[in-house]
Amino acid sequence: MFEGYTAEELQSIFIMQGFSGLSLFSVLLLMGLGLALIFGQMGVINMAHGEFMALGAYTVFLCSNLTHKYAPAFGPYYFICAIIFAFFICALVGALVEWLMIRHLYHRPLDTLLATWGLSLILQQGYRSIFGAREVTPTLPDWLMGSYTLKEGLDIPINGVFVLGLSIIVTAALMLFMYRSKFGLRLRATVQNRKMSGAVGIHTQQVDRLAFAIGCGIAGIAGAAFTTIGSTGPDSGSRYIVDAFLVVVGGGTASLLGCIASAFGIAQAQSVLEFFLDGTKGKVATLLVIVIALMIRPQGLFPSKVRGN
Amino acid sequence: MSHNNENILEIEDLGVSFDGFKAVDGFNFYLARNHIHVIIGPNGAGKTTVLDLICGKTNATSGSIKFHGKEMRGKREYRIVRAGIGRKFQNPSIYENLTVFENLELSHPTGRGVLGCLLFRRTAEILNQCNSVAEQIGLSDRLDTEAGILSHGQKQWLEIGMLLMQNPEVIMLDEPVAGMSVRERTATAELIRRIAKNRSVIVIEHDMEFVREIADRVTVMHLGKILSEGSMDKVSQDPKVIDVYIGH
Amino acid sequence: MQTLFRSLFKSRAEAIAFGIFILFIFVIFPLTMPIFRLNLVGKYLTYGFVGVGLVLLWGRCGVLSLGQGVFFGLGGYCMAMFLKLEASDPVTTAIQSTPGIPDFMDWNQLTELPWFWEPFKSLPFTIFAIFIVPGIIAFFIGWALFRRRVGGVYFSIITQAIALIFSLGIDGNQGYTGGRNGITDLRTLLGWDIRSDNAQFILYFVSATLLVLVAFSAKYIINTRLGRVLVAIRDREDRVRFSGYDVAMVRSFIFAFAAMVSGLGGAMFVLQVGFMSPSIVGIVPSIEMVIFTAVGGRLSVLGAIVGCLLVNYGKTTFSEDFPNLWLYLMGGTFIAVVMFFPNGLAGLADKIPMLKPYASKWLNRNKQEPAKAPNTPSSNPVSDEP
Repeated sequence: MFEGYTAEELQSIFIMQGFSGLSLFSVLLLMGLGLALIFGQMGVINMAHGEFMALGAYTVFLCSNLTHKYAPAFGPYYFICAIIFAFFICALVGALVEWLMIRHLYHRPLDTLLATWGLSLILQQGYRSIFGAREVTPTLPDWLMGSYTLKEGLDIPINGVFVLGLSIIVTAALMLFMYRSKFGLRLRATVQNRKMSGAVGIHTQQVDRLAFAIGCGIAGIAGAAFTTIGSTGPDSGSRYIVDAFLVVVGGGTASLLGCIASAFGIAQAQSVLEFFLDGTKGKVATLLVIVIALMIRPQGLFPSKVRGN
Repeated sequence: MSHNNENILEIEDLGVSFDGFKAVDGFNFYLARNHIHVIIGPNGAGKTTVLDLICGKTNATSGSIKFHGKEMRGKREYRIVRAGIGRKFQNPSIYENLTVFENLELSHPTGRGVLGCLLFRRTAEILNQCNSVAEQIGLSDRLDTEAGILSHGQKQWLEIGMLLMQNPEVIMLDEPVAGMSVRERTATAELIRRIAKNRSVIVIEHDMEFVREIADRVTVMHLGKILSEGSMDKVSQDPKVIDVYIGH
Repeated sequence: MQTLFRSLFKSRAEAIAFGIFILFIFVIFPLTMPIFRLNLVGKYLTYGFVGVGLVLLWGRCGVLSLGQGVFFGLGGYCMAMFLKLEASDPVTTAIQSTPGIPDFMDWNQLTELPWFWEPFKSLPFTIFAIFIVPGIIAFFIGWALFRRRVGGVYFSIITQAIALIFSLGIDGNQGYTGGRNGITDLRTLLGWDIRSDNAQFILYFVSATLLVLVAFSAKYIINTRLGRVLVAIRDREDRVRFSGYDVAMVRSFIFAFAAMVSGLGGAMFVLQVGFMSPSIVGIVPSIEMVIFTAVGGRLSVLGAIVGCLLVNYGKTTFSEDFPNLWLYLMGGTFIAVVMFFPNGLAGLADKIPMLKPYASKWLNRNKQEPAKAPNTPSSNPVSDEP
């Protein structure tokens, strides 16, 4: 598949596809982090995670519309606020969903999977009713447009760099939160031993709800990031959900590092292969490799070793 | 010690480590025919892990487990069971939604393959065996009871009964009297002695009085290693053992 | 006869329910419905094949596959390939640049039939493949995963990924598979026009009969020792292993059985609907089949089939009249079923006997006033039930 390209062209192609892969990596990483947090915390598979991402994207779209209608002067800056909005709105909806639905289904992980899929149907149709079936794009501030030209034939898009930076910040913040804050300690304690945590006075239900909310909030940020690289439709989220699941499973579910590594691998493979094979074939090849790898090594890249079980 | 006919199970230099932590280390163990061999030791000594290693639930990192002189290490659980080693778990592990009779019947060794399961028929022989095992474990009048509503002690007995249905040569019991009343405890001791008449039994237990009652031989474990071995009288006078039990 | 009856039904109520079902699909539907509707029912019934497989796999054995559409599709594509080859004889396709190959291949500049299409010129091979292709693929996927103790949500996610791979793979290889449009314009089976009303009527009966046979074989499995082992694996996997059963083997077998049955359903789908496309095998249809089963009752063979009929009936009726409302309704129903009626409609039906004390109390109240009720309430069929 490489014939017909010179070595220099190939190098540029790899670097450029690598960069566009980095944007995909950022979105997948943000999606995967949220999913992994929720799955690690309570063994819940959130099939509606993609719809939370879409919710984040629609929030940015709404912010953009409102800003440009009522405060056009604020145009260049609104995007930062919109990301924060996206986080909190998704987190709020997430907390509501946890309270109404998820908390009744603990210990039935397969059922949460199905119930959240029902939720995703409803949310998708909701988006369709509210925003229409057509894809929408927020007006992005000028500073996000354009690209740096490193050398001829090699352009690095600014939005890609921004999204990458955003996902690094979120990952770092999540790590700090998990390993340095008091709540993070409670959360990790609950994952290790739920009963014991309850016994020493941790309000485990509250911990669950907050974890679910934060996971959904991060999906919202993923959605905000997504608006810079693509347009949003009612089913935008569901197109990423399988990849995001594979990121989580491939990374070994409990491991943040594994999540990063597998998001990187999946995104890069997909983006480079998509250039050489046509669209779906690249994706099929990537997915096939992951699934076969998971059949051989189901514990993922970085399994957690625990005695017994 | 080389293979000899007196020992049905010979374990040598068995070890396993979890991320560098050696849960069992250099474990040697010889189970004599028709003996009741009890493993005792403080919490975290590695007793349950030893059973996990023998029955294939956990894979050993070193050593050998020879049953009738044949290597069992690395085999899958169901193969070890079919070879003749049965195991009872610490918490009663029975099929709560099935009746006592169905629990016993499901443990009968005929038709354990997929095809065997499809063609399985309840013969008079199987029926008789279920009845006689039920009698041994004192559940004859509870055959049609759903297992989930049995008392804790009865569940423990039922699980022992399920092992008896498999008719294994070696039975491993993990804390069989935990949570039992004094009367149930005596009955269990009798049951274990009775089933050991034509098979070997490994028991893990904390209760010293109970151990004294049933043990032909005792192994004391501490921090994954063997501390002392011999008759109950011998090990209970071993200063190392006394030190571990009193010192902790 | 009686032993056969016993090995299929546990209670008389169950047998009666099955009898009513058979009465409906073999007598009442064919007599009362125009052929267009009957054909739709026939289409819904083909999802019932998948549902029966899911009852064994998910309800009984606790393994939720989100990729059953793949096996439905494999069976369907096998059938469609045969029918397409028959429809593409050199005479009909004379205007193509390469006559004698399916039209979509010609459009994609293929000049000869790909090797894997060759055997599908033979009907016996096709029938064989309808069972064997899904069965073998499922068995190996199952074996690879169950051997390594992959279960629960991991299995669901991996099977879902497989569904995505399968539908994208078909989509992206238009020349070999017909791509997104699928394999369409299927006409005859050994010269017999399957599009005629008469043929559709007969195919409906073939499909219904096969479904009843499949349902019986599933019920047979449930009532043998294998059925009890399945439930035991679902509830206490470790104990089953330590009772000397090869859990991975049992699960792989059931997965393969469910896949074969789904493949048969797919083949009957193609015969009755006349096409096959990736939109019927991907993530969404796969999970919808799980919904049908969940609504009907994941533990009950009959429940799953009835669930397929009802949900699809609802889908057709609602999405004709209120396409927007349908997805809300479907999502809502699904959440409600999972949260409040995990055993679906069949679970609700099972609760009816619990109401019996109230019913007989009410009936007895009538009994005490004989003057008012000349027909003694004991003639009520409800009280005849076991």
